[in-house]
Amino acid sequence: MSRTDVLVDADWVEDHLDDPRVVLVEVDEDTTAYDKDHIRGAVRLDWKRDLQDPVRRDFVDKDGFAQLLSERGIANDDTVVLYGGNNNWFAAYAYWYFMLYGHADVRLLDGGRKKWELDSHALTADTTSREPTTYAAQEPDTSIRAFRDEVLDTIGAQNLVDVRSPDEFAGRLLAPAHLPQEQSQRPGHIPSARNIPWSKAANEDGTFKPDDELRQLYADAGVDLGRPTIAYCRIGERSAHTWFVLHELLEQPQVKNYDGSWTEYGSLVGVPIELGEGSR
Amino acid sequence: MCGAQPGGPDIDGVDLTRAAVVQGQVVCDGVPVAGAYVRLLDPAGDFVAEVPTSTDGAFRFFPADGGWTVRAIARAGSAERKVVARTGAIAEVRVELPSAK
Repeated sequence: MSRTDVLVDADWVEDHLDDPRVVLVEVDEDTTAYDKDHIRGAVRLDWKRDLQDPVRRDFVDKDGFAQLLSERGIANDDTVVLYGGNNNWFAAYAYWYFMLYGHADVRLLDGGRKKWELDSHALTADTTSREPTTYAAQEPDTSIRAFRDEVLDTIGAQNLVDVRSPDEFAGRLLAPAHLPQEQSQRPGHIPSARNIPWSKAANEDGTFKPDDELRQLYADAGVDLGRPTIAYCRIGERSAHTWFVLHELLEQPQVKNYDGSWTEYGSLVGVPIELGEGSR
Repeated sequence: MCGAQPGGPDIDGVDLTRAAVVQGQVVCDGVPVAGAYVRLLDPAGDFVAEVPTSTDGAFRFFPADGGWTVRAIARAGSAERKVVARTGAIAEVRVELPSAK
């Protein structure tokens, strides 16, 4: 596994636009972007409607995932290339999700929709139609997903990486600055967590920084990459971006995404919370 | 909900006495620029948030109080402006991209 196995650039996508074994998938929370235009041949996944359980807080189960991919015309042996807005947050979340359910070949378009647009690559409003498949999902791989009790046990013992902005980490904001701030959770962060905002791993155009700079970033922040790591944010999609950096680009074997994240942790009764800048 | 909608979040229903608002428009040669990416940077130049502009070139953030840089990037180029956010106030900022002429 190397960077080229998990990341593709625009040239690669252009070369594979008519490859029937390559499926482009745009993943967004707000899918009006896809409705307006998208890369030719791309199918859509709606982060909320398609990937989240409609009633309880969890994502769709194995059978639901298999049904979803079957409907979208994605086969088990297809190469899936994910991209989206928000610097690929939701695409990275979907990547983690595809890995959780055992898809063999998943990649991200480096820079996502933003770089594709800024570099003036073609977009279309044409409808994509793919023949349905019979997709078989694997049992979820919980070695890459953390739950709250494990997070509590991890405090001070393993790496906790809080990838939110410094103001969210310190407890001055409860949501990123592009969202309203009225939330029910208590502000702050999990004790012993290091604050390394997801954005530090990305360039302005949304592409990932080189491996050596990424290693330095986490080392400088006091993260011992020899230890297991749990990443979290507010709802688990920004931390999926960091999970991708640590697990897929830097090839750290024991990295989990805590998708419950601050919306869960900040609502728990009796758990420890730290305010301020933290231990560094 | 965690992603950024074009133009930034709606202001309807937000208690403006408890929020700081930074909002404005990205223009080029006087014309609003839709689909530009507006980044909010802290005093150290570090990224905090990003929204794409709406069809009328508008953007909005709800940052913490303090001094910020609003940086717009688009196919036409990039530009930035400094702005101060204060709880209970709306700071308006207009970002002019380099002339295409």
